Amino acid sequence: MRLDLTQIQKWIPKAARVLDLGCGDGEFLATLRHERQVSGLGLEIDANNITLALQKGIDVIEQDMDRGLDNFPSQSFDVVVMAHALQVLHYPDKVLEEMLRIGAEGIVTFPNFAHWRCRLHLGTRGRMPVSKFLPHSWYDTPNIHFCTVKDFEALCKQRGFRIQKRALVSEGSLTRALSKVWPNLFATTAIFKISR
Amino acid sequence: MNSANSVGIVTPQHAVFEEPLHLASGETLPSFTLVYETYGRLNQAKSNAILICHALSGHHHAAGYHHEDETKPGWWDSCIGPGKPIDTNRFFVVSLNNLGGCHGSTGPRSINPSTSKLWGPDFPQVQVSDWVSSQARLADHLGISTWAAVIGGSLGGMQAMQWSIQYPDRLKYCLVIASAMDLSAQNIAFNEIARQAILSDTHFHEGRYLEHDTNPSQGLALARMVGHVTYLSDDAMASKFGRDLRRGSFDKSVTEQVEFQVESYLRYQGSQFSTSFDANTYILMTKALDYFDLACDFEGDSVEAFKQAKAKFLVVSFSTDWRFSPRRSREITDALIAAGRSVSYAEIEAKEGHDAFLMPIPRYLDVLSAYLSRVAEECA
Repeated sequence: MRLDLTQIQKWIPKAARVLDLGCGDGEFLATLRHERQVSGLGLEIDANNITLALQKGIDVIEQDMDRGLDNFPSQSFDVVVMAHALQVLHYPDKVLEEMLRIGAEGIVTFPNFAHWRCRLHLGTRGRMPVSKFLPHSWYDTPNIHFCTVKDFEALCKQRGFRIQKRALVSEGSLTRALSKVWPNLFATTAIFKISR
Repeated sequence: MNSANSVGIVTPQHAVFEEPLHLASGETLPSFTLVYETYGRLNQAKSNAILICHALSGHHHAAGYHHEDETKPGWWDSCIGPGKPIDTNRFFVVSLNNLGGCHGSTGPRSINPSTSKLWGPDFPQVQVSDWVSSQARLADHLGISTWAAVIGGSLGGMQAMQWSIQYPDRLKYCLVIASAMDLSAQNIAFNEIARQAILSDTHFHEGRYLEHDTNPSQGLALARMVGHVTYLSDDAMASKFGRDLRRGSFDKSVTEQVEFQVESYLRYQGSQFSTSFDANTYILMTKALDYFDLACDFEGDSVEAFKQAKAKFLVVSFSTDWRFSPRRSREITDALIAAGRSVSYAEIEAKEGHDAFLMPIPRYLDVLSAYLSRVAEECA
């Protein structure tokens, strides 16, 4: 499982009701169901992923969260998770607001665009960063709303979201240590647990 | 007969119920017969049974063949059979002809025991809830206390939903395909046009056409034609017929009258239907569709209605279906979400319109297979 998902799992209470926005093939919810006995529901738009999730016995709704989430009642879930989807949304701020209306807590993960490799790539080559983690060219990338750790924290402050927990993930022990000191420079993935 | 992945030769069976059935209308049916077919084997625990509910013009013959020389299999053969989504290696599948039907179950073509004459137009107006009650009797008859799943498309989906709130403990899963919690005004309007086509046929004789030794074929054919158009999408008709001509030409030198392919096709469909379906049944079934309102006993609140349910749900819709559009399926899904029920929803990209629910569309079959493998793991 991806590093960010391993981290999120620890933050989810046992037997919680979990809504996973952009649940992919349902692997994360299947793990949570097994490890944490959660009752989960996923949202997904990719046809293959939906079938894979159904095969795992995961409930999944075919729905584009950019078109709104108002069909979900307020405070109907304990936790709403959105892993690596923030940057592909047309209205990331609205979806964050909705996450905290639907759930008591929200957990968000996103690639940190201020990571030193991104900065180096843009700084020295003058081109949009392309890496193993962000493999798309600027014109065909689904990632239309990149942000950095600092950007996200600024948005939280502006909208009155309380940051309950923060974890910054990076590969390798050196960068892991460095990311504790300079998160916005060394974290590849940011994970936030937020609430109202 | 094509025996590959087929349930093979099947024989319809009859179940006779002598206990009166009290109908939603307040009337009572003193006794009735249901004709049904079964595919696959009921396991020892009797936990692997699936009920198939048919749509407007459907019947009990959902899969397989009645004779070796039959060329067309049952109406949902694409989904029911060994290795198919409704896998008869794992499930015991029951498919019946609903009350009021014209394929062997008690209906307008049966004899009214109190008059010893044909029921005809006097057959009581049955509703979806009555069908569900009668299907529960059939379940009792077969020794099935709980269905692993109740599955239906269109009007069949209404029966599946009704099952979930009328007998919450008697089904584990509920699969609702291309359906709605009630019909829209537009939808009722199409049904009314169909009924008026039948009623205004001079051979209808106020529903007593059999006594007059005739049949309102023209009216039934027209009813089917208008219905058929609404089951197809604009795209599907464009790709199937376009503006192709069957006869004649727009060339001024040709005198033969122009006939489009689509005209000929519709007329053929209409005339085929008028010889195989009963006019009173068509009126009765369309009214059952019109009258259905899942939330009517819950002050119109579908969320409250679904709070009665205990089953887990799969809801499926098709992109070009405008008779039971994806929006209507999303309403079902949203009500289930709000009621806190377990629900999955898939919107299948398909060009076939409402008819898509009967077609072997790869993604549709994948979704059904994936979901039903979960049902099999839990129940079979």
